[in-house]
Amino acid sequence: MIKFDKVSKKFGEIVALDEVSFKVDKGELFFLTGPSGAGKTTLIKLILGEYLPSSGEIEINGEVVNEIPRKKLYLFRRKLGVVFQDYKLFWNKTVAENVALPLEIQGAKESEIKEKVEKILGVVGLSERTELFPSQLAGGELQRTVLARAVITGPELLLADEPTGNLDPKTSAGMMKLFKEINEQGTTVLMATHNSEVVDSLQARVIELDKGKVIRDEKKGKYFKEKSKSKS
Amino acid sequence: MLNTIKQHIFRSPYQSLAAILVVSLSLFLMSAFFLIGAGSHTVLQYFESRPQVSAFLKDETKPQEVDLIKARIEAMEKVKKVDYISKEEALEIYRQQNKDKPLLLEMVSAKILPASLEVSTYDLNSLKEVATELKKEALVEDVIFQEDVILALSNWVQTLRKIGGLVAGFLLLVATLTVLIVLGMRIAQRKEEIEILKLLGASSWYICLPFYMEGIIYGLVAATIAWGLSYLGLLYVSPFLVKFLAGIPLLPVSVVFMLEVLAGLLGVGALVGFLGSFLAVSRFNRAVR
Repeated sequence: MIKFDKVSKKFGEIVALDEVSFKVDKGELFFLTGPSGAGKTTLIKLILGEYLPSSGEIEINGEVVNEIPRKKLYLFRRKLGVVFQDYKLFWNKTVAENVALPLEIQGAKESEIKEKVEKILGVVGLSERTELFPSQLAGGELQRTVLARAVITGPELLLADEPTGNLDPKTSAGMMKLFKEINEQGTTVLMATHNSEVVDSLQARVIELDKGKVIRDEKKGKYFKEKSKSKS
Repeated sequence: MLNTIKQHIFRSPYQSLAAILVVSLSLFLMSAFFLIGAGSHTVLQYFESRPQVSAFLKDETKPQEVDLIKARIEAMEKVKKVDYISKEEALEIYRQQNKDKPLLLEMVSAKILPASLEVSTYDLNSLKEVATELKKEALVEDVIFQEDVILALSNWVQTLRKIGGLVAGFLLLVATLTVLIVLGMRIAQRKEEIEILKLLGASSWYICLPFYMEGIIYGLVAATIAWGLSYLGLLYVSPFLVKFLAGIPLLPVSVVFMLEVLAGLLGVGALVGFLGSFLAVSRFNRAVR
C-alpha cells in the first residue's frame, strides 16, 4: 500500500527526511511518532504530493507519487483522506457543507451528497451540529468534522496529522475509537502523533522518526520503547 | 458555481468596482476611437463617391462634342463614372443648394451657369491625371477638383486608425493588467482555501473556473457600461454633428450598428477579463502543487 524507498527531503541545507524506507500493507493502522521537527508532517506532505522528494521513491497503491504529473495529482489525491493538524476547514461554510466538499469536488449528485453527509455525520456524532459553522464548534467537534470530511469518499488511505493534538484525553479516546472503526472497514490509516496515551492504547505498528531518520519500526509498539520497558 | 462567483465579487466589492471601472474606461475610449474612425470612414466614402473632378464646358459646345469628350474620358481605366450636367440641371442643383436664400436664386438663370462633366475615379491619386486630360480638351473652359481636401481627409482617417489602434492596444493592455492585479489579490486572499481544495482533490478546472468567470463578468459589465456611455455621448453630440456634416448620410447612427458595437465590446471585454484572470490563475498554479 505504502512504500518509501530511500526517500530524502532537503530544504536547502536542512535535511527533513534522510533516506527513509518502510513498507505498509493494505488495511494496516500505524503510528508515525517522534519529536517536533522529526519529519512527520514532511512525510505526510510527500505522500500527498505537496512536496517532491529530493531523492528516492514513494509508492502508494502501485502509483509512484513523485512521477504523477502535476495535472493528474488531483485524481491521486481523491483516493486519500486527510485529517489536518490545523483542520483546514472553510470557516464560512457549515459543518455539512465542509463535509460535503470532497463529494462536490468529485461531481457527486446532490441527493448522494445529502445522504452520505447525513450518514457520516451520524457516525462521528455530529448530527446535531450540521448547520453550525466551525467557529461555533469545540475542538473535538472540529476534529470529528475534519475526520468526517476525510472519510466521506471512502478513501483507500487515511492520513492524520496530530489528530488529537488539541483534544482532552476523553475526546482523544473517542477519536481513536473512530479511527479504529474506519481501519476495521479496510482503510489503511497513517497517524502522525505526539500523544503517547493514544499510541499505547491501540498497540499498533509504530514507526519512529528522529532528525529525519527512521529509528524504530515495531509491529505492536508503544510510544516510548526504552522508557516503557524501564518503567515496567 | 454561481454562488462561489457571487461570493468572490461581493467579498471585496471595492476591488471588483475598481476593476470594472478601469476596464470600462479602457473600453469606452476604445469604442470612442472606433466610432470616430467609423464616422470618418463614412465621411471619406461619401466624398469619394461624389464626382471629384468637374470640367466646365464652353457655352458653344454641341451635344455630339460633349458625347465625344465623355467617351474619351470614360475610356480611361482609372475613371469610374462620367456624368453630363446640362445648364438646366446645373440650375436645378444650384436651386436645391440655395433654396433658403431667395436673393441668390433671383440673380441666377440657366444661361449663366455652365454645363459640366462630373467625373469620379476609382482612386483619389488619379484625380490629377484625369484633370490634366480634361484640361487638354479645347471645349473645356475650366477644371476643378477637390484633391487636397479628399487626400487630407484620407490621410487623417488613416492616421486616426493607426493612433486609434495603438491607443486601443495600450488601453486593452492596461485593462488586462488591472484584471490580473485584482484577481491576483483575490487569489492571494483565498490562497489557503485554494490550497485546501487542491489537497481535497479539486481539479484545476474546479478551482480556476470561478476566477475565469469572475474576469469575464468584469469584462462584460465593463463593456456594457462603456457602450452605454458611448451611445449617450453619441446621442449628445449628434445635433451638433448633424449641422456640421450637412448632407453626409452619417447621423443618426442606426440602432443595429450600435448593437453590433455592443457585441464587439462584449467580445473584447470578455476576452480581456478571461486573459487577465487566466494570467493571474496561471501565476498561482505555477507556485502551488
